[in-house]
Amino acid sequence: MLHLVLFYIFAFLCVAGAVNLLAQRHPINSALSLIVVMGSLAVLYLLLGAEFVAAIQVIVYAGAVMVLFVFVIMLLNAGEEEHSNASRVAVYVGVPALIALAALVVYGLLHNTPTAGVQLAIGEFMGGVKPIANLLFRDFLLPFEVTSVLILIAIMGAVVLAQRGED
Amino acid sequence: MVPLSYYLVLSAVLFCLGVAGFLIKRNVITIFMSIELMLNAVNLTFVAFSAQLHKLSAQVFVFFVMVVAAAEAAVGLAIIIAIFRSRQTLNVDKVDLLKL
Repeated sequence: MLHLVLFYIFAFLCVAGAVNLLAQRHPINSALSLIVVMGSLAVLYLLLGAEFVAAIQVIVYAGAVMVLFVFVIMLLNAGEEEHSNASRVAVYVGVPALIALAALVVYGLLHNTPTAGVQLAIGEFMGGVKPIANLLFRDFLLPFEVTSVLILIAIMGAVVLAQRGED
Repeated sequence: MVPLSYYLVLSAVLFCLGVAGFLIKRNVITIFMSIELMLNAVNLTFVAFSAQLHKLSAQVFVFFVMVVAAAEAAVGLAIIIAIFRSRQTLNVDKVDLLKL
């Protein structure tokens, strides 16, 4: 019961944050509502027993990535976004199509997935650091090393792209 | 107990809101944030299935998705800074050099 109540509270916060991201005109407000979405998602991960994922969701996403976003918004002094004709077409055609798609997906999910719930008590964790580390450094060792190379290349690419040209 | 489908529905709704933001928004930074929202929605699906099927490998996949998202954010924001430096605008409608 408490499980369901907590789910509803944080699912509502998630959706409200996402809607607010769309409704706000100023990018800094959108960034702050995205932080709300990520924080509530971390709580939902805890409800699902994914302790490690919830921790890195807060540290990496709500912490590092969003700080990067807010930093760039402040650095470029981004103001309110302007309207244009192209965006009006997107609103009148894209949004009804998306609502239809969402309704279809929700109908399909509610009628075709098993109703058995996630069998976890509150405070019970299955995704602790140790079992995940066992998987990550044994079964998924090669993908792990490949992602480390990927992120190294990404760092160098970011530095090269953001630096001032020679002229 | 919360049924698995509730988590999947929440994830689908968040993903559709991300797509809507990608279509509606004209500010390139906000478009980028919508992409992050979609990635988060997919992560929620992974974790929900992981809890339902008692398989931890899904959570390792979430870890990889987060690493790729962080790399993408770093490179993408660097590109945004480069665009702003050459064009003094963040509006995607004004960055249309490849348009006929």
